[in-house]
Amino acid sequence: MLEQLEGSQAVARAVAMCRPEVISAYPISPQTHIVEKLSDLVRTGELEPCEYMMVESEFAAMSACIGASAAGARAYTATASQGLLFMAEALYNASGLGLPIVMTLANRAIGAPINIWNDHSDSMSQRDSGWIQLFAETNQEAVDLHLQAFRLAEELSLPVMACMDGFILTHAFEQVDLPEQEQVDGFLPAFEPRQMLDPAEPMTIGAMVGPEAFTEVKYLMHAKQLQALDAIPEIAAEFTEVFGRESGGLVRSYRADDAETVVVALGSVLGTIEDVIDEMREQGVKIGALAIKCFRPWPIDEVREALSGADRVVVVEKAFAVGAGGIVGQNVRLALSGCDSTVFDVVAGLGGRPITRKSLRALFDDVVGGELEPGGLHFLDLKTDVVEREIGRNQNGRGLGPHAENILRDIGTVASDSH
Amino acid sequence: MAEQKIKGYQTGTFVVGNRLLDPEQRSTQARTERSNTLTSGHRACQGCGEALGARYTLDAAMRASGGKLVAANATGCLEVFSTPYPESSWQLPWVHSLFGNAPAVAAGVAAALKAKGREDIRVVGQAGDGGTVDIGFGCLSGMFERNDDVLFVCYDNEGYMNTGVQRSGATPPAARTANTKPVGPEPGNVFGQGKNVPMIAMAHEIPYVATATVAEPRDLEQKVERAIGMRGARYIHVFVPCPLGWGAASEDTIRLARLVKETGIFPVFEAEHGELTAVSKIRRRVPVTEYLKLQRRFSHLFKPEPNTEVLERLQAGADRNIERFGLLADDEGADFPGEATDLARPPEKEQGPPPALVEPDTDSNTSMLLKETHGKPR
Repeated sequence: MLEQLEGSQAVARAVAMCRPEVISAYPISPQTHIVEKLSDLVRTGELEPCEYMMVESEFAAMSACIGASAAGARAYTATASQGLLFMAEALYNASGLGLPIVMTLANRAIGAPINIWNDHSDSMSQRDSGWIQLFAETNQEAVDLHLQAFRLAEELSLPVMACMDGFILTHAFEQVDLPEQEQVDGFLPAFEPRQMLDPAEPMTIGAMVGPEAFTEVKYLMHAKQLQALDAIPEIAAEFTEVFGRESGGLVRSYRADDAETVVVALGSVLGTIEDVIDEMREQGVKIGALAIKCFRPWPIDEVREALSGADRVVVVEKAFAVGAGGIVGQNVRLALSGCDSTVFDVVAGLGGRPITRKSLRALFDDVVGGELEPGGLHFLDLKTDVVEREIGRNQNGRGLGPHAENILRDIGTVASDSH
Repeated sequence: MAEQKIKGYQTGTFVVGNRLLDPEQRSTQARTERSNTLTSGHRACQGCGEALGARYTLDAAMRASGGKLVAANATGCLEVFSTPYPESSWQLPWVHSLFGNAPAVAAGVAAALKAKGREDIRVVGQAGDGGTVDIGFGCLSGMFERNDDVLFVCYDNEGYMNTGVQRSGATPPAARTANTKPVGPEPGNVFGQGKNVPMIAMAHEIPYVATATVAEPRDLEQKVERAIGMRGARYIHVFVPCPLGWGAASEDTIRLARLVKETGIFPVFEAEHGELTAVSKIRRRVPVTEYLKLQRRFSHLFKPEPNTEVLERLQAGADRNIERFGLLADDEGADFPGEATDLARPPEKEQGPPPALVEPDTDSNTSMLLKETHGKPR
C-alpha cells in the first residue's frame, strides 16, 4: 500500500516485517529514527517475539548481534559514521564467523572534523570488512533492499549492510509502497542457521586458527562473496516476481546503451545525475549513467560490460582514499583494465555538501568537452580560494591552529549553505 | 554412597575428603556424572589456575543448569589454550568473538534465547582480568546496568598473560610484569587507585556478586550453583594464580590461592543487590610476605634486602581489607557496605530452595566445618 512516509519509518516497518528476533542498537544520527520506531514496535507488541537491546555502544550493538546470531536468532542493528568505525572490530568478526546479521547504514561522514551530514566515507572505510554492501537510491529501494538483505544474508550465511544516504533518504518523506506481511513471509522463510549454539549439539564457534588453515578459511569468505554475485540478481528477480517492482541487483544502467560518456555513482545522487543526463540527452549529448547497487562484492564483470563501450567514464563518489584517490574509481579502473575508456575521478558531496544539477552539468560539460584532466582527483565545487588561503597561511610558520577552525573563521559561518 | 559422620579433629586439618561428606554435598568435581566441560588435552601450562577455575565453574554451572548451558568467551589464555584449530576442549556450546565484547556477546545469546522461548538454557560469559577489568569493562557495565540474564565470570590472574605477562588494571602494586619491570626508582607496578570490579559490580546493584579462589572449589561451586539459580546479571570474580606469569611453582597454585585469602589481600565474599551478604573468614591469618615470597614477580621486594616500605604498604592494604570486610573469625561483621552475615542469607531474598550448604543443620559435617572455618552464622 502506498503511504507518505519518512525513510526511516519505512525502513523500520520493513525491518519489522522481516521478523528480527533480536535488535541491538545504539543511537547515532542519522540512524536514530529507524531504531526508535523499532523500539516502539517491540514495546507495543506489534513486533514479537523480539528482544530490543539498548546497548552502551556500537561495539556492544554489533557484539550482541554476533551472540544473538550465533544462538540462531535473526539479528539486526543500524548505525552510521563513527558508530560503524566503533564496531569495526566486530564487523570483521561477524563476517569471519559467517553470521547473517543485517545492518542499516545511514551513510554519514567520518570526522574529524566532526560532521553529521551525508557522504559515503563510513561504508567505504569498511569495504573490505567482509560484509556485503548494498546501496539504495530511493526510500522505496531502501525498504526493498532490507527484505532482500535478510534473504541474502541467511542464504549465504554472511552479513549484509544495507546503505542509505543519511538525511537525504532517512529523513525524507516520500511515497513508499510497503509490502504486506504475508508477501514478506512468503519471500523470506524462517531463519535456519548454518551454525548454532545449542546444548543438544554442542559446537565450538570462533576457535583459534593458525597458518595451517587461515588462508583457506579466508578463501572461503571470498568464494562466498563471489557466490553472492549470482545470488543477488536471483533474489532481486524473485523479488520482482513477488512484489511487482524492480529493486536491488548488482548494477543498473540508465540511458547508457549508446552512451559515449557514462557517469558512475552510488545511492541517492543518481536521481540528480539522471535529471542532468535527461537534460543533456535532449541536447543530443550521448551520456548515460551506471548505478552501482552492490559495491561489495564488486560486480566486476557487470561493470565492465556496462562501461566498456564508453569513451569516458566519470565516477562521482562521496568518499575518497586520502593520499591515494577515488575508491569506487579504483574499482572501476580494475573492471576496465585493458579497455580504452578514460576514467575521471570526481569527489562530491562530502560532509553533506549538496550535489546540484548546476554543478553536475558543468562537470559533465567539461568531461565531454575535454576540459577535465583525466588521472587527477577532482573535487566538485571545491572552494579553491579558501584552500589556497589556508595553504598560504601554513607557509608562514608554526602554531597556526587547526585547519577546520581557521577555515570556518575565514568563511564566517558554520552553516552548510551552498556556494 | 557410604556416609559417615566425622569430626574436624579426625582429619587434623580443615579439609574433609568428599567421601566423608553427605552425597548431596559432595563436590561436582568428585561426581561420576561430572560433565568435564573443559575436557582434558588442552594446552594450558602446568598448574594453570585459570584452567582449574574454568573447569570448576563450568562443571558446576552445567550441573546446576541440567546441562543446558552456553558459554561466550573473551580472547585470552583460556580461549587460546582450549581451541587450537581443529581441536576444542569445550564440551558445551561455546563461542569466542573478540577480546573486549564477551559480556555483550553473552547478552546477545541470552536475548536470542529469550526471544526463542528457550530461557531454560543458561548463559555464561567468561574472560580473564584483561577482558573484564580493562578492555571488556564497558560491555560488562552495560550488561550489568541492563540486568541481562548472564552469569559473567572473571578468571583473575592479575595480568595479560596470553600476550607475555603485561600489566593489567588488576595487577597488584609492586608486581613485576613485562612492562613494569623492577627497574628505576619505583620497581614493579605502581601503587594506583586499584580497580575492584566485584565492588564496581555491587555498585550496579545486580542480583548477585561473589568472589572465590581456586583453593576452595566447593565454595566456588556453591557460588556458581547459587548464581545459576538466579536470573539477571550475576558476577563471580575468581582468583586464579598463574605460575608462568607470576614466577611461581606449578605445585603452589592452590597454596597461593589459599594464601591470598588468608592474608586478606583477596577478600572472599558474596553480595546481593549491592549489599554484602557473606564473607568467608580467614582461618589462620598470615602476613602478606608469606604469599609474596612464593612469587618471583615480588622477589625484588626481598632482595638484596627487604623493601620494608613497600612491604608495609602491601600489608596495610591487606589489613584494610580485613577490617573493611570483617574477615577475621571473631569479627561479628563488616561495617561496609552492608552487614556481613556470613552465609546467613536474608530470608526475604530467597529464590526457591536454598543450596544445601546454607542450611544451619548442626548435625551436618559441612555445617560443622563451616562454623569452624567461616565463623558463626548470625
